[in-house]
Amino acid sequence: MEIGLSHYLVLSTILFAIGLVGVMKRKNLLLLFFSTEILLNSVNIAFAAISHYYGDLTGQMFAFFVIAIAASEVAVGLGLLIVWHKRHNTVDLDTMSTMRG
Amino acid sequence: MFEAIAFYLFAFLTISMFYITVTTNQALYALTALAAGMIFISVFFFILGADFLGAIQIIVYTGAVMALYAFGMMFFDTTRDVKEKQGNKFIIVGLSALSAVLVVLIFVAPIVSDNITALYPMTEGAGNTQEVGMVLFTKYLIPFEVAAVMLLVAMIAGIVLAGKKMDLSLTLMNDAQIRHIDEEKNKKVIS
Repeated sequence: MEIGLSHYLVLSTILFAIGLVGVMKRKNLLLLFFSTEILLNSVNIAFAAISHYYGDLTGQMFAFFVIAIAASEVAVGLGLLIVWHKRHNTVDLDTMSTMRG
Repeated sequence: MFEAIAFYLFAFLTISMFYITVTTNQALYALTALAAGMIFISVFFFILGADFLGAIQIIVYTGAVMALYAFGMMFFDTTRDVKEKQGNKFIIVGLSALSAVLVVLIFVAPIVSDNITALYPMTEGAGNTQEVGMVLFTKYLIPFEVAAVMLLVAMIAGIVLAGKKMDLSLTLMNDAQIRHIDEEKNKKVIS
């Protein structure tokens, strides 16, 4: 059986849905970051698959930049999270309401 | 044939690992499952012929990002069970599925209308790493340099945010002590 582009896009959809469920369900900010990584990875699969089936390298280039952005997001986000945890002893999303949002 | 077997096996493994990541109550299980899922995703890149991307996936995600999370988790209380939002489950799952399908439609729309042409076609007789190098250092040189500057900024931000006052714990002090530290800092700034 031949594996086509649609197989990879379906896989990407499923992973994206799992990540979105995580983003909506989680209250702990650390686990929210994990769900964000899942979202970024699912899109990377779609980019690489389209790049392969159309013989175009642009998809792979975008996947590289997505990976670079994910790495810097983790560094800054984790630093902010550590500062917040030092102050308030929790990383719960519901406690972050100092701006009454 | 082997491609199909590998695809279905690793699709199943990746989906189950990420499912564990979003459903488990233990932060450590979530971290381990996420690291495993990242490695399984690199398999798809190898199947698709994007060897360099697969290697980068393993090195950056599993080596750097997951190690960063593992070190960051030492600052948090990870033995405590994670509390979940008590919402309507059907709304959450329905909304997620709907938006995921929308994202795939965004990808598929230019393919269906069939006006897609290869902007940087793969050259014959060159390995994947060589092709990537040629495109990255000619057409995408400026984004590449901007990404490098962005990573440098992120590194400095991480050091400044997490490395400040490593020797004392703000959660174990009361408000008066924290205010005292802040006032001393302000005095230094003013003088």
